[in-house]
Amino acid sequence: MMQETTIDRPIMPLRPTSFPRERPSRTADDLAGRPPKISVDHLNFYYGPKQALSDVTLMIPQHCVTALIGPSGCGKSTFLRCLNRMNDMIDNTRVEGEIILDGRSILGPKVDVVALRKRVGMVFQKSNPFPKSVFENVAYGPRVAGVRGKSVLYEIVEKSLVRAALWDEVKDRLNDSALQLSGGQQQRLCIARALATNPDVLLMDEPASALDPASTSRIEDLIFELRDRYTIVIVTHNMQQAARVSDQTAFFYQGELIEAGSTNELFTNPARKQTEDYITGRFG
Amino acid sequence: MSNSVIDVAPHGRFGIEGQAVRPRRWGEQVIGVALFGCALVSILTTVGIVIVLVAEAAQFFREVSIWEFLTGTEWSPKLENKFGILPLLCGTLLVMAGAAVIALPIGLLSAIYLSEYASSSVREVVKPVLEVLAGIPSVVFGYLAIVTISPLVRTIFPSAGVFNAASASIVVGFMVLPMVVSLSEDILRAVPRSLREAAYALGATKLDVTVKVVVPAAISGIVAAFLLALSRAIGETMAVALAAGNRPTLTINPLDEVQTMTAYIVQVSQGDTPAGTLEYRTIFAVGLALFVTTMFLNVLAQWFVARVREKYE
Amino acid sequence: MSQTAFETTAYSRRRARMSQAFSVLCLAATSLGVLVLILLIWEILWQGLPWLNARLLTSFPSMYPEKAGIAAALVSSLWLITLTALFSVPIGVGAAVYLEEYAQASRWRSLVQLNIANLAGVPSIVYGILGLGLFVRALALQRSILAGSLTLTLVVLPIVILAAQESLRAVPNSIRQASFALGATRWQTVWHQVLPAATPGIMTGVILAISRAMGEAAPLVAMGAAATFITFIPLSPIDEFSALPVQIYDWASRPQPEYHHVAAAAIVVLLTVLILLNATAVYVRYRYGKRIRW
Repeated sequence: MMQETTIDRPIMPLRPTSFPRERPSRTADDLAGRPPKISVDHLNFYYGPKQALSDVTLMIPQHCVTALIGPSGCGKSTFLRCLNRMNDMIDNTRVEGEIILDGRSILGPKVDVVALRKRVGMVFQKSNPFPKSVFENVAYGPRVAGVRGKSVLYEIVEKSLVRAALWDEVKDRLNDSALQLSGGQQQRLCIARALATNPDVLLMDEPASALDPASTSRIEDLIFELRDRYTIVIVTHNMQQAARVSDQTAFFYQGELIEAGSTNELFTNPARKQTEDYITGRFG
Repeated sequence: MSNSVIDVAPHGRFGIEGQAVRPRRWGEQVIGVALFGCALVSILTTVGIVIVLVAEAAQFFREVSIWEFLTGTEWSPKLENKFGILPLLCGTLLVMAGAAVIALPIGLLSAIYLSEYASSSVREVVKPVLEVLAGIPSVVFGYLAIVTISPLVRTIFPSAGVFNAASASIVVGFMVLPMVVSLSEDILRAVPRSLREAAYALGATKLDVTVKVVVPAAISGIVAAFLLALSRAIGETMAVALAAGNRPTLTINPLDEVQTMTAYIVQVSQGDTPAGTLEYRTIFAVGLALFVTTMFLNVLAQWFVARVREKYE
Repeated sequence: MSQTAFETTAYSRRRARMSQAFSVLCLAATSLGVLVLILLIWEILWQGLPWLNARLLTSFPSMYPEKAGIAAALVSSLWLITLTALFSVPIGVGAAVYLEEYAQASRWRSLVQLNIANLAGVPSIVYGILGLGLFVRALALQRSILAGSLTLTLVVLPIVILAAQESLRAVPNSIRQASFALGATRWQTVWHQVLPAATPGIMTGVILAISRAMGEAAPLVAMGAAATFITFIPLSPIDEFSALPVQIYDWASRPQPEYHHVAAAAIVVLLTVLILLNATAVYVRYRYGKRIRW
């Protein structure tokens, strides 16, 4: 019964690679040749008694965009938040396995999570600027890291805003409240804010899901531009987006990493049946 | 990249490299401990109350048996060395009961009105007014009890004395009224809208919905609000000390002069009772009784509040 | 019952009437409560205003009601609320920050939380007894303004803590996450982001607490601290003191009606101060609460 009804659904346009890709993705060979920025080894994660991630092993190559896709609740956001240990904020959580950043473990009680988070920036699903001025938002990271001096901070703020492709829009309103910016501007401000601490990894948790198509497109352009300087990991439930911006894609389902590979490969020739079903829109 | 401004602070300063051991961050730790200390003050307050009350009361009970204290029907520590707390307890409960008769029904009906009937503009006016009224000091109500309420009571019931439990009950009732309304209204409004709509969809009138759906759904919270009001009425001091009088009487007649536990403590504190005497220690024994009674009601109320939380979370 | 009747029946009319009657009853109860309370305030103004004059504000207590004034009591009360605010704000906000931002969900936190809720319900006169045993006797502060303020601090601490907690909880979690993700420490996050956002709410709670301290007489009377015949202006925290509500209590408890008028006039002064405090709270909420829209 169920089988029959799903068969009726159109399959054709949902395969995302049918869209022309403006920005060239890195090839599988290129990915394989790059040093791993982050390598995750047999990662298990628990919220209390509930296991949210089981046995995830994944390489994240340097200066590439890695997209994490999968249906709601599949563990992709949890995985992302393991990479800068934001899950530490939640009571009753437990993590097993290993995460290596540049050859050093980031798990374990001896790691300085504060320093880790300065190197692994994060952008959230819903833009969350501080209720302060544009300038203060971007300057906050360097400030809490001990950077003093208005001129130094100003330079960092300018540079970060330029990189986040926001400078031209806000250079005359640096002292206005960040909450007065539009939704898309707020999200780019959050990206600039993350860049200001000079990270080398940028985590993005569905950064465009609350934005209109035009703003989404700007964010995607930005991600592509940032790729050469930063290693980017992006969670998205929009497969087209994953296909448009990422070099590597990892598909999560029910807490497990089902399949990971170069984006071209994964979308054109998935190895696993579940991946195929998901990217063709049979479930999720 | 190396010449870009953003890199003025290189990773050596930001990074985790070379820092296998977590830096100590003394400042953070000191602040954490200080904040913990602030929270500890609240625990120490409770401990302090218990120690002070129990230590002095223990001295008192060395000379007066607990049995006599709890069952004696006369309280006359100064003149006759009679230490039965029943008259004080009776006075306290009499005033409390009178206050409850006023505050609970009026309070609940007002809360129902505000939550179920009133327009939001009415609510926006009445709620702040209630807040202000809740902030009027006890002594102001005491003044009103003596100057306004007591003469009124005596006009209606000529047998009443200048000081009587009824006047105290009336002012205490109106004192705790804002609290009953506020707490109950919050609880009633927390009842999910869907529940009301379900009842309306079945053809219920507003009365049916309120009495048979909303109030029963909120009953735990309402009981908690009532218990807190009773506890507040028992602990009420200045108004009662002014209005109810200073004669410990074992009576249930609201027109009689009575003395509450709180009023007794005030009476002794005002005199020049030397520390260390038996009379001085009665303050602590009575204080302990008062503390235990109100604590019992508060804990009970907390228990009901916890039940509400379970239901909606 | 007829199956398709949308017309009213005797039964449905009766039900509608009862429902109507109930709504009138509820309205009557609300009006009664508010009216009585307003009448009582009216009564105070009527009794007290004619006696309110400069002499009342500048004189000391006297054997003669027409010469009696509240100079000492008013200054004492201002001393008391200033010191109480000084003590209770850092401790109360600190405790709230600890509970909301630092403590993990645990038995210990539930215990502290339950304890605070209970302390909020402890009669203020019991705090007076604690003050008597702890500050007046054990710490030998005698009947000083300092002892009085410390006692009042304990009385209002639960109010400050609960109000501050509520304000901290209202700060969206996304702000904390953003700050942590930028490598801020816990305290940096609290100090730079969470506390500034919660300040209007905390201020409102603090002002409510100060109002409470201003009107409290019972703990001061119980600790025996507030002498009602102070004929000097207290100039330091270790001076003896009176307090406005204690002075009012003293006058109200006297049999002579003239003293009742002085008491009413003093109540008018007390209520004026309280209304000013409350107005400040409303202003703070309005002025600073509006700026932040999440």
